[in-house]
Amino acid sequence: MKITSTAAFLALLLPGIASLAGAEPLTYDLPEETAVLKPGPGLDAAQSNCVACHSADYIAMQPPKRGKAFWDGEVTKMIKTYGAPIAEADAKTIAEYLAQTY
Amino acid sequence: MLVLNRRELLKHTVGAAALGSAGFSGAVGALAADTIELPFGNGERALVKYPQKRPLIQMTTRPPQLETPFPVFSEGVITPNDAFFVRYHLADIPLRIDPDTFRIEVKGKVTSALSLSLQDIKTSFEPVEIVAVNQCSGNSRGFFEPRVAGGQLGNGAMGNARWKGVPLKAVLDKAGVLAGAKQVTFNGLDGPVVPETPDFVKALDIDHARDGEVMIAYAMNGADLPHLNGYPVRLVVPGYYGTYWLKHLNEITVIDAIYDGFWMKSAYRIPDNACACTPPGQAPVSTAPINRFNVRSFITSMQNGATVKANADTLVKGIAFDGGYGITDVLLSTDGGKTWTGTELGQNLGKYSFREWQAAIRLPPGTHDLSVRAINPVGQSQPLEPLWNPAGYMRNVVETLRIRAT
Repeated sequence: MKITSTAAFLALLLPGIASLAGAEPLTYDLPEETAVLKPGPGLDAAQSNCVACHSADYIAMQPPKRGKAFWDGEVTKMIKTYGAPIAEADAKTIAEYLAQTY
Repeated sequence: MLVLNRRELLKHTVGAAALGSAGFSGAVGALAADTIELPFGNGERALVKYPQKRPLIQMTTRPPQLETPFPVFSEGVITPNDAFFVRYHLADIPLRIDPDTFRIEVKGKVTSALSLSLQDIKTSFEPVEIVAVNQCSGNSRGFFEPRVAGGQLGNGAMGNARWKGVPLKAVLDKAGVLAGAKQVTFNGLDGPVVPETPDFVKALDIDHARDGEVMIAYAMNGADLPHLNGYPVRLVVPGYYGTYWLKHLNEITVIDAIYDGFWMKSAYRIPDNACACTPPGQAPVSTAPINRFNVRSFITSMQNGATVKANADTLVKGIAFDGGYGITDVLLSTDGGKTWTGTELGQNLGKYSFREWQAAIRLPPGTHDLSVRAINPVGQSQPLEPLWNPAGYMRNVVETLRIRAT
């Protein structure tokens, strides 16, 4: 985003005038995403599939060391329930990567 | 529209490479200042500063999900807007909203479909206010044992605010609900990243939607809704879990069937029994849509591991709430739940609000387990042992803090 007009900028700096900026759409700038997937065998498959729809911290905050069945279930959920377009071979690799790495 | 004070504004703008035309820039404020440890495995979280928010517990970056640090609840009975938790399901969230062109469509089984501007909502209907708790279905999921998948929350995915808006009933009446209507569905501006992912749409029964309490809210604690809490309008469903409180609400559809979309039919389902629970590790026989809050209570004036002065009066304070019957009693135990004594309830802000409570205790030297338990007028309370269900919803065990008197 760039400053689009002096008027908008002034309106921003002067709280009393900010309401006049009602004609302008409100924008919201999200913080930069810093979370990354942990290194491990199968990282590439996870990298090119999982983080398309959600950030890597979604994975990192899950309960630790839940094993293959847990992560198989999660990968299946992403494909069957949320429609993630993940090839079968990739799905297997990703589940193994997650079970080993997280 | 949204007004920040000058210092807040400068903090967000000076030095930032990006500046919205009339909005908020978060690049600078986004630096993770600190981390905290929630008391369960993989509980380390960054505290991050988003625009319009104070540093909150980062759960996920995309979609943004932020938990309220628990000490906030000791600041007062109302949760400040800048500390209110944030929960999205799908990552395509609206980042540019024009309050002048924004419209809410009201359609489906109605006499006349409506397209309401924000101005229409604010001026064509009699405004109402209600103090109500919003709580995530999965609040406290991180404490489930055995652990379950999902957002690994501590106890901070809840908040209590004074909401202002118009009754959904008034809007539906203006559109004219046709005979045979069974449910009303709600959709917002946020959507999925891939079209195969079901859009986040929720439904309420027609009688519930027209109970006069369900609200289309445009203000929260006397200010516009923070962007991440659903600006410019969200649904407020008092006493019900946050999943129904649709953010960025722009589509209201009256239907003559029971809505069978994913987020009602498959997700946010609880075991269809009195405790909404199953034996740990087991799937339920049948399920129902999650609905009203169960009873919860918390000590807020001290945290686990606190030290107090022995043989001296110590004031213990906290909050309690339920699904809308109102809290009648809050009991405190200093012996881990063997004996209980009453506490003094604070001001009544309505049956959907947090209710403050306090009690003076006097403890001999040593370690003590401080437990709190609330009761509502229909006899609902809190279990002494945690209940379990596969999705990690509705935790409401009696909370216990271990403290030391010296």
